[in-house]
Amino acid sequence: MWHYIFLTPMALLFVAFTVWPMLASWWYSLFNWDGIGPASDWVGLANYTEVLQSPKFWHSFGNSFLFSLVAICVQMPLALLAAILLNSARLRGRNLYRLLLFLPVVTSTPVIGIIFAILLDPSGGLLNQILSWSGLSSAPVTFLSESYALPTLMVIDIWKTFGVTLVYWLAALQTVPGDLYEAASIDGANGRQRLRHVTLPVIAPIAVVILVLTFQGSMNPFDLVQAMTQGGPNHATDVVATYIYHYAFSPDLNAPRFGFVCAAGVVFGMVTLVITVLQGPLLRRYYLRGSR
Amino acid sequence: MRRMQLWHLFLVPVCLIWVYPFVWMASTAFKSQREIFLGGVSVIPKQWTFDNFSRAWDTAHFGAYLSNTVVFSVTTVVVVVLVSATAGYALGRGNLPGKKIIVGLLIATMFIPQGYTIIPILKLVDAVHLQNGLLGAVLATAGPAHVVPILLFMGYFAGMPQELEDAALIDGAGYPRTFFRIMLPLTKPVISTVSLFTFMSAWNSFFIPLVFTLGRPDLRTLGVGMFSFFGQDSTDWGGLAAAAVISLLPIVAIFVLLQRTFVEGIAGSVKS
Repeated sequence: MWHYIFLTPMALLFVAFTVWPMLASWWYSLFNWDGIGPASDWVGLANYTEVLQSPKFWHSFGNSFLFSLVAICVQMPLALLAAILLNSARLRGRNLYRLLLFLPVVTSTPVIGIIFAILLDPSGGLLNQILSWSGLSSAPVTFLSESYALPTLMVIDIWKTFGVTLVYWLAALQTVPGDLYEAASIDGANGRQRLRHVTLPVIAPIAVVILVLTFQGSMNPFDLVQAMTQGGPNHATDVVATYIYHYAFSPDLNAPRFGFVCAAGVVFGMVTLVITVLQGPLLRRYYLRGSR
Repeated sequence: MRRMQLWHLFLVPVCLIWVYPFVWMASTAFKSQREIFLGGVSVIPKQWTFDNFSRAWDTAHFGAYLSNTVVFSVTTVVVVVLVSATAGYALGRGNLPGKKIIVGLLIATMFIPQGYTIIPILKLVDAVHLQNGLLGAVLATAGPAHVVPILLFMGYFAGMPQELEDAALIDGAGYPRTFFRIMLPLTKPVISTVSLFTFMSAWNSFFIPLVFTLGRPDLRTLGVGMFSFFGQDSTDWGGLAAAAVISLLPIVAIFVLLQRTFVEGIAGSVKS
């Protein structure tokens, strides 16, 4: 009996804050609703038609995936190289390097975003000062303008979350048994050959786990985008979360559109779920190969 | 050996650039407005001043935001630890019918994307009249199942010897007493890992505190306060830098002190 009493708080919160919100999102998405009073203006699938036909939604959708694509294609390989270097026992001070590279991870994203907004300021920001002194650029670079804002945010996002991927890779490298390296050395393998034929095959199954974790962690950088550009200028940096936030909470909106927001959330949630599920077989295959 | 040390020529400059935003922030916080606007890359202020800090602390309310953030983060930690410890105990000890189903359900939710359900969560908190308050934000943060903490507690409790519980029973302790007096204190390693991670993510969270303090500026947390400070006065770089130092210093200090626990916790998520 006591078992059930002990389970109750978790079960109540689970139903209220995990299960119910998912079901309610579906239900609310069928209404035209400004959030005041109960939802009563039934519109059927109209919100979905509007979401699916909205170029702005698909644009923010594409940006969200671009963020994870960059994390997977740029951050993961760079972090692997750094991990291989920092895993070497012969490198002195490697713990300090790890600490410094990890530091941005523990800091609050909105605070960091605003510090970067100042550093990148076109009039008097540090980076532009350096650019003009060194003669690299005569006119100030507007890093947060419509054309440069998205790549700028992506670079900052890589910097901010690099440490997590680095620690993942370091953990993976530590699973490689030391005697494998010894055996390879006795067989006359040089550093590059050991990396190619010993390290990489051993960590391949874990690499798939890291891929999934990186994908999930990088998909929707609300905090950074909202703090630095709020999806602007002119929606250039909109991701799905800032798009949703705009239609639900933006003060310059006449009335919030909660039904529409729920529909957008459901569409994005479904697509991400499908992608995550598609990674399942890939995961299993690599696991089997690794355990052989 | 010698060749390995050549990497320092590459690593030292990279790491200096890497942490430069923090160095810039700390030095700007102590510079006078005039010195900031004259520019210059010098890290050490010509004249040290605490004006920026007093402006951030009083005028921009970062003193209040700091205590809001402490209240919000600590309450979230307490709720998450209590809820996941009790659930982990119920699932880890004894044979609860349907245990496998419950655990399976919890793990399944890890793969379902969340965070797009803010509207129903807002409405739910609204219904119990906790909207526009820190308690509402705590509920919205601590409410959705924290699967990893539950599994950690479950595993730890399951590995404890049966004799402990038996001895407590013989001494006449009931189920709740056994849990709170004997079993829970023995899970200190799990409690500290879970607390540290929950505290870090609560301290740094932005979306939920932002949504829940839209109507109550006095309850803003540090991240939300920073966002609105920049929105109101994006030219007070000294004040913003001081506010950033106030926001980041506590969490960076905790990280440097407890880095081992932290990094091992993240590495553990890959290994398991």
